[in-house]
Amino acid sequence: MKTPARGSLLGIEHLETKEILRLLQLARRMNPQKARPLLRGKRIVLLFYEASTRTRTSFEFAAKALGATTTLVLSSGSSIEKGESIIDTGNTLRAVGADCIVMRHPSAGAPHFMAKHLDIPIVNAGDGMHEHPSQALLDAVTILKHKKSLKGLQATIIGDIFHSRVARSACHLLTRMGVKMTLCGPPELVPDVAATLVPGLRLTRHIEEALRGTDVVMLLRVQSERLAGLKIQLQDYIARYQMTAARLKLAKRDAIVMHPGPIIRGLELTAEVADCPQSVIVDEVRNGVPTRMAILARALGKA
Amino acid sequence: MSRETKSLLIKGGHVIDPAASVNAPMDVLLRDGRVAEVAAPNKIRGGAEEKFDARGLIVAPGFIDLHVHLREPGQSYKESIATGTLAAAAGGFTSVCTMPNTAPVVDTAEWVKWLRDPERGAVVNVFPIAAATRASQGQSLTDFSALQRAGSVAVTDDGKPILNDDMMRAALRLGAELNLPVVQHAEDTRLTEGCSMHFGATSFRLGLRGMSGAAEAGIVERDVTLAQQIQNSRLHVAHLSTADALKAVRRGKRAKARVTCEVTPHHFSLLDENVGEYDTHFKMNPPLRSVADREAIVAALSDGTVDAIATDHAPHAAHEKQVEFERAAFGITGLETALALAISQLHREHKIPLMRIVELFTWGPARVFDLQQRGSLARGSFGDVTIFDPKKGWKFEAAKSRSLSRNTPFDGWQFTGKVVATIVGGKIVYLAD
Repeated sequence: MKTPARGSLLGIEHLETKEILRLLQLARRMNPQKARPLLRGKRIVLLFYEASTRTRTSFEFAAKALGATTTLVLSSGSSIEKGESIIDTGNTLRAVGADCIVMRHPSAGAPHFMAKHLDIPIVNAGDGMHEHPSQALLDAVTILKHKKSLKGLQATIIGDIFHSRVARSACHLLTRMGVKMTLCGPPELVPDVAATLVPGLRLTRHIEEALRGTDVVMLLRVQSERLAGLKIQLQDYIARYQMTAARLKLAKRDAIVMHPGPIIRGLELTAEVADCPQSVIVDEVRNGVPTRMAILARALGKA
Repeated sequence: MSRETKSLLIKGGHVIDPAASVNAPMDVLLRDGRVAEVAAPNKIRGGAEEKFDARGLIVAPGFIDLHVHLREPGQSYKESIATGTLAAAAGGFTSVCTMPNTAPVVDTAEWVKWLRDPERGAVVNVFPIAAATRASQGQSLTDFSALQRAGSVAVTDDGKPILNDDMMRAALRLGAELNLPVVQHAEDTRLTEGCSMHFGATSFRLGLRGMSGAAEAGIVERDVTLAQQIQNSRLHVAHLSTADALKAVRRGKRAKARVTCEVTPHHFSLLDENVGEYDTHFKMNPPLRSVADREAIVAALSDGTVDAIATDHAPHAAHEKQVEFERAAFGITGLETALALAISQLHREHKIPLMRIVELFTWGPARVFDLQQRGSLARGSFGDVTIFDPKKGWKFEAAKSRSLSRNTPFDGWQFTGKVVATIVGGKIVYLAD
């Protein structure tokens, strides 16, 4: 057991504020088209125990934009499928020469566990329902492209917060940056205990109340694959919490609509909202690459 | 370590024997494996082949642990009866009750006898608890009568609670006929699927699914109601961990139902937040609970609602704990730290008298399973004695544990209160360095 290697990014909760600011600044300077090969000769393993489209590809593009070599290891088609433990997999990847592991895992805390046993930086690309730090950083970068500063803004997260690592990381990051946060959804998806996550968090069951005066609306998908016994009626959810054009009018006129994806049109939002001028959903994906460039550059001590 | 003697005089100690309301300086003479005499200092006449100088020490009836997993048959890579009972002796326990969730499950008289066979190499008394249903599958009851005759002191499907109302009713009924307690691991597993800790602020923050207190309390409430309805039935609630479950137990006791319960040292010492950053040595079932639950448990230990402290000693190999938190095995070892936690937490922190603490380790558990002539120093009882120093400071080091496994959250903890000697049937089986 040891402390995580320098440059590891396991979550936002325990990341120092000055590190958050440094990463945001660095992300805004990164240009995937005109990047210096800071990471030439570095080997980055993308270790994915769970499906991913945007996170995986943007980490890969980010690594390659900086000149690193990448290899993808999926749980299917590798020794993991044969029952190899996570530490043994980590040691194996270290032995073949990995300089950094970007890791996604369905179990909360898995990257932290890996980081305690390996001497190379571990980057959390999403662990169960726990944290998704690179998403929170790219969301902050996205907000900063539309708003002058984070401090003083109001942001509302609507939907399946219980199962969402994106929501947990966003609450930690945005609250720390002075954003006033509101969570909204039914008790099954937003339990009362959610309000204890960070100081000053507001919780409401009424979408109208949640939207009034907000600068940022973040929507989340109902993660039916993680529901595990919880029952919610989707029709009822749509009636009470779907983001429609009419409801969006309750937010500030210049409010932006965010969603970490994948979006389900007709469920947590209407197609009209997904494609409206206030929607920055595609921007978020685009900002993923420079943000992850910043994370990888920091991980390998080149920033 | 074990020495053959016919008579042993424990001299100069302070005897605490709650069964006899004794709390005074006394000498204790053991002869032929039994308690021969307990008398005021220097009043025991006639010599003894061996003397034990107990000056400055507490001399108590041998401790009884109602809930241990010694992993045999089938899982001797985690623990064996030989190693588990060595750990028990080091923790001051002279009797342990073993849980049947082994491989195979202890659900026949043959396995009960196998557990009690001297071949197993136990250094303390082993009282098996057999399964309540075949293979603990909850489908059909085991042969309680045969199991009891073979030496089983209770029945349980520990780890696999009996959820079906009719099955639990049938178990309590048959138990009532035989005066055999039914032990329930109270967890509504329909509500705890995929959960790895207590539901609360910590589980939410860590992104882990949590077991609600209601999943435990709901089963205890149902069981207490059944115990009230079925005359002479005996219900024992294993490792009770929530305030609401305690309310149900109190209700049963007030109604004079034969309901008992035990609490573990980790539930009166630790909280859900001690899980920290996914430390699997803090993962067990029932999970560590909230501040309110712990406070209710401490109050119930003090006021007599709780009958016994039991360890739920649950050894696991390193590779079963050194994995992702959600995949890690539930359970921690506990035999060697139980008394130290009771003295450090309950006596020193919460001012519970030593008399009460000794009762929770001796006379309390002896009554739960009717362990005859144990749990007290009455003349003629088995010569099981635990001698401890309630003021001695020491550090627990997992690496030096007698258990085969090391899965303890208390590694490196500084304690007050240490076992000095453990005597089983008149023989010293453990002596501190």
